[in-house]
Amino acid sequence: MPAIDPVVVVQIVLVVVVFHALLLSAAGMVWAERKVAARLQQRFGPTMAGPAGLLQPFADVLKLLFKEELRPKASDAVLFYIAPVISVGTAFLAFCVVPFGPPTTFFGLLKEPIPLYVADVNVAMLVVFAIASMGVYGIVLAGWSSNSKYSLLGGLRSSAQMISYELCYGMALASVLLVANSLSLKDVVEAQAGAWHLFGIPILPRWFVFVQPVGFFIFMTAGIAETNRAPFDFPEAEQELVAGYHTEYSSMTFAMFFLAEYVNMVTVSAVATNLFLGGWFLPPLPVWLGFVWWFAKLSVLLFFYLWIRWTLPRYRYDQLMQFGWKFLLPLSVVNLLVTAAGVLYFGS
Amino acid sequence: MGGVTLTHYLVLSALLFAIGTAGVFLRRNVITILLSIEIMLNAVNLTFVAAGRQFASVDGQVIVFFVMTVAAAEAAVGLALVIALFRHRESLNPEAFTSLKW
Amino acid sequence: MALNTVFFYLFGGLAVVASLLVIGQRNPIYSVLLLIASFAALSGLYILLDSPFAAVTQMIVYAGAIMVLFLFVVMLLNVPREDAAEWDRSHPLNKPGARRLGTALSVFVLVEFLWAVWHMAGRFGMPLKDTSAGSVSSVAAIGRSIFTDYAFPFEATSILILAAMVGAVVLARREQE
Repeated sequence: MPAIDPVVVVQIVLVVVVFHALLLSAAGMVWAERKVAARLQQRFGPTMAGPAGLLQPFADVLKLLFKEELRPKASDAVLFYIAPVISVGTAFLAFCVVPFGPPTTFFGLLKEPIPLYVADVNVAMLVVFAIASMGVYGIVLAGWSSNSKYSLLGGLRSSAQMISYELCYGMALASVLLVANSLSLKDVVEAQAGAWHLFGIPILPRWFVFVQPVGFFIFMTAGIAETNRAPFDFPEAEQELVAGYHTEYSSMTFAMFFLAEYVNMVTVSAVATNLFLGGWFLPPLPVWLGFVWWFAKLSVLLFFYLWIRWTLPRYRYDQLMQFGWKFLLPLSVVNLLVTAAGVLYFGS
Repeated sequence: MGGVTLTHYLVLSALLFAIGTAGVFLRRNVITILLSIEIMLNAVNLTFVAAGRQFASVDGQVIVFFVMTVAAAEAAVGLALVIALFRHRESLNPEAFTSLKW
Repeated sequence: MALNTVFFYLFGGLAVVASLLVIGQRNPIYSVLLLIASFAALSGLYILLDSPFAAVTQMIVYAGAIMVLFLFVVMLLNVPREDAAEWDRSHPLNKPGARRLGTALSVFVLVEFLWAVWHMAGRFGMPLKDTSAGSVSSVAAIGRSIFTDYAFPFEATSILILAAMVGAVVLARREQE
């Protein structure tokens, strides 16, 4: 029996763990969304399925599994079934290059520390961006292949919105690149170690959100628009367009779009945690527990996503596009210029 | 068979270029002709990157960067022309636009 | 590097098959999607060639932007499928004289191509993994090169893009009555 390379085993285990963690996080997001929405609206939300409604997402999945799988007769079969696959595929794929913890030995169980990411690519930021641009196809093909007016309108609007906000997304990434001097997400996190000291007392962690507050705002706004969440969710607005691009989808294919949306939210929040909130560093607290701090920050950002959804009214489509092109894009260009000037002046 | 050499990449690139050229000659739909032009540009990009790797120079990728930019500009203007033509003649067949032929 | 060889044939085969289908099959939306698959295969080839920047830029620019533009145009113009019988009847190159000349020329090109490949086969071997200071794959090196050696083409390209943007908007605009 030839010896199996332990590196390969570690890789496979990491892939499996990350995949299932993402699935579970999507389920967790379903529960959290219902609970947070309920509390913001001063009601209880799901309480029947399991303690505090924790089994609600599984109940939802079971219900969706038992629904009838429909396909409109006039729709293009190949494209109809490929579209949700593309959406879900790109959502999960983007997490390959996101690191979620410092190299750890799991409390001494392993002989040497293993790094907590699936792949450390030295152009990781661009890879995330590239996969985000591929996510547009899932939506545009869903809209087109359903061969119905609501779906087509929703699909085209949604993809136009996504490609418009990709520019601001990219510029926010570029300003972080200027400050961190590297495209690799692991290097960006490690550049945020430590804290700034005043009279010998550490007062502020060296997170990029304090160096680039405008960049953080732009990134989160563009992220919310990219994932088609409120207040930018006009293309899938229930009141306006029936359900936009996923009108004609039912049962598991609908569940796949649902899943893709939540996993995209998790990915955007994870990238934002690594780029702006210092990843797994929380200065006075020990780094070897890094994954816990990373997860805590991720949860804060995801709560922020939910909070915004259930608090702000929805933008109308033309207001949404104007906001992206006429406000956010010039702001991100100015932010990039100011960052470049700052880096040149302070020489960091 | 030994490893993959530069010749393999050049052969692949020539094959893709030939396919693109065949597409330009054979298809009777302006959009597919534009797609075939993109195939040709990609074949050239492959040659540049392979040569850049062979001679350990960063110039290969730099030129590819410029080629992609120019291809983007050309695709945008080409498609705008297609839209304008379609509005005029309601057809995407290049044979419909032969009024200047002798 | 057996794995490299396997991936080369895999990605190369995918690129060739996808390109053949782009020009060979009739539904224009499938053509666009197959071209995206071909670009993805080429992106994989660039990664094999130690050029991650070219690979990622290919996906962002070509597959993520240019092809979205093509897809929008195909959808909004409702491009019809090409008719095979119509093609046989009306294609200017579908006459017997043109066919014979075309066959002769392609045989000639094929023979010359095989001769060139056979002649050059031994000459270029791939350099070893340790290329000088990883200069091929460093994004910083590419940036440095663009802004120093290639500064003029860079500025000219930006003017080109500006002209293309304005031109595209003007050309596709409806005529103002």
